Amino acid sequence: MDVVVCLKQVVDPELPVRDFAVDPGTQRQVREGRPLVISTYDENALEVALQLKDASGAKVKVLTLGPAAAVSEAIRLALAMGADEAIVVDDPRAPELSGAEKACTLAAAIRRIGSADLILTGCESADWAERVVAPLLAEDLGAACVTFVSRVEAGDGAPVVRRLVEDGYHLVEVRLPAVLSVTSDESNRPRLPKVKDIMAAKRKPVQTWSPADLTRSSARDPGAGVEVRGVVVPERTSRCEFLTGEPAEQVTALAQRLRDQKLL
Amino acid sequence: MPDILVVATAPDGTLSRSSLELIAGAHAISGPLGLGVTAVLLGTGPGLADAPQALHQHGVARVLRVDHPLLTAGESDAYLRAIEQVARIERPEVVLISADTMGRDLAARLAWRLGAALVTECFELASGDGAVVARRQVYGGRAVATMAVTRRPAVFSMKPRSLDVPAPSPVSGTVEDLAVEMDPGDLPTRVRQVLREQSDVGLEDAQVVIGGGRGMGGPEGFAQLGELASALGGAVGASRPPADSGWVPLSWQVGQTGKTIRPALYVAVGISGATQHVAGVSGSRMIVAINRDPEAPIFSVAHLGIVADFREIVPPLIAKIKELKGL
Ligand SMILES: Cc1cc2nc3c(=O)[nH]c(=O)nc-3n(C[C@H](O)[C@H](O)[C@H](O)COP(=O)(O)OP(=O)(O)OC[C@H]3O[C@@H](n4cnc5c(N)ncnc54)[C@H](O)[C@@H]3O)c2cc1C
Ligand SMILES: Nc1ncnc2c1ncn2[C@@H]1O[C@H](COP(=O)(O)O)[C@@H](O)[C@H]1O
Repeated sequence: MDVVVCLKQVVDPELPVRDFAVDPGTQRQVREGRPLVISTYDENALEVALQLKDASGAKVKVLTLGPAAAVSEAIRLALAMGADEAIVVDDPRAPELSGAEKACTLAAAIRRIGSADLILTGCESADWAERVVAPLLAEDLGAACVTFVSRVEAGDGAPVVRRLVEDGYHLVEVRLPAVLSVTSDESNRPRLPKVKDIMAAKRKPVQTWSPADLTRSSARDPGAGVEVRGVVVPERTSRCEFLTGEPAEQVTALAQRLRDQKLL
Repeated sequence: MPDILVVATAPDGTLSRSSLELIAGAHAISGPLGLGVTAVLLGTGPGLADAPQALHQHGVARVLRVDHPLLTAGESDAYLRAIEQVARIERPEVVLISADTMGRDLAARLAWRLGAALVTECFELASGDGAVVARRQVYGGRAVATMAVTRRPAVFSMKPRSLDVPAPSPVSGTVEDLAVEMDPGDLPTRVRQVLREQSDVGLEDAQVVIGGGRGMGGPEGFAQLGELASALGGAVGASRPPADSGWVPLSWQVGQTGKTIRPALYVAVGISGATQHVAGVSGSRMIVAINRDPEAPIFSVAHLGIVADFREIVPPLIAKIKELKGL
């Protein structure tokens, strides 16, 4: 089975709020001087792919669209975790592209890769969380689509995937080729590479393509006609009243407040 | 008249609440843009007979009904096909879909098929100069992006529990039954099994939610929170680490990736208050935080704070509440 994992590199989403700033020119987060990481759920997607590799010898390629100058660390980590090969589509504008624009380019890259039975993405990117890349890739590639998948059971027949829903899970049978977006659970916690894996990763193939090398499908671009008017950090005023004293006093005070608010 | 098409789903015959929330979004833009509002109701079962009434009750006069045995819970591909066929006949200017489990797939794929503009996961819709102006959270809740959409058609998905269900304003309405063509053999995905996780009160609709975080230390801590929740008649939720570690079901997760909730009371226990968590709870009417770290960011969004080890607070609190309620 050939698996392609789409990885996005983002500014560490768990940085303290004080390190967050919006560039007024691009209306995107300032990246300079901030640590860059693989987008949270993309690591879980890669882990799911690597488990398929461990279980049945799937071949795993990682694909990223981003400024080539900045993505090498993310790619190295993915290769050290166990991916076989990496493809970088070098586009300095990538951080400003809409999900729809990215999906068109990623789909073109996947067509150029040639064989892909399963395409895995994160369930949402850690920065804009549009949740569109997976379903749009599926449309562009004519593949099946299931989102918020935490586990994949690939046997002899069609794979069955575990999809998170409002009140539990659905087990969904899916035809290949398929695009799955992956959410985290206890079964797909990303593995940590060992030192020898980090060394071995240096010898794994990395190809760099330009968007100009890719043939996008003729389909219309759902990103057009959508303008980002502004990205604003909302004012937050702290209003916390602390209930002090011994635990017994704190509990009594809290219960009284809940009564006052008619919550008790 | 060109229309806004509200996608209302009733997989088991009952109209979902998030479908009704979409009507608030439609009403926010229909007047200024000079558009009518039509709802397409999709689902199956005897409940579909009454479901149009609920839509009329909330001010939608024209209801298109698609009752098809394949339109059951989670059958996204069947829903996509049905909505696509309806949209090709109706040619709406704007389509509103709930960004719930199914809707988050449907919105993007429908937009692609219709060649429509697309904005997902919005919490608010408005209009300005002929554009639909949508707002959505970005960067883990650190910022809000405002998107102006001039292209038509346009598809918007609305984050569940962001909009209030509009107050009833009954209109007399019409129901048109539509038939759609679907061959089960054509559907690339099929739900084989539905696994429900126990929870007494639906997290999204509970008036009281007790949220536990990594600070709970394990499933035992959550047993205490369950007791507190039932004393208050509420539900238990969680931050990401407990859900990720299997201490609680994944569907209990609250926040950017998890659910958005707006209860009357949210009690955050052993939760630091990362923006991605706060993104899902900031609409709660009252937030109480119990955390042993006085510097925890959760205190900057809470109304009431208790700096303590939860083990010293939660058990006596349960006892106190039971006492006051005469339980
Ligand atoms: C893309 C993305 C999406 C995300 N989505 C979500 C989401 O949907 N929901 C979500 O919650 N998070 C989400 N996160 C994760 C988020 O950034 C935080 O990592 C997470 O919310 C932290 O959970 P926590 O507060 O339980 O744990 P921690 O940050 O580890 O905090 C634990 C807290 O417990 C306190 N504590 C410890 N022991 C005790 C005790 N005995 N008594 C009282 N207090 C105690 C500590 O002081 C600390 O403040 C997301 C992150 C990313 C990058
Ligand atoms: N620039 C990118 N390069 C590779 N994959 C991406 C890129 N942007 C988004 N993706 C993939 O699409 C997923 C969902 O992104 P989104 O639709 O933006 O929420 C991410 O988790 C990635 O797997």
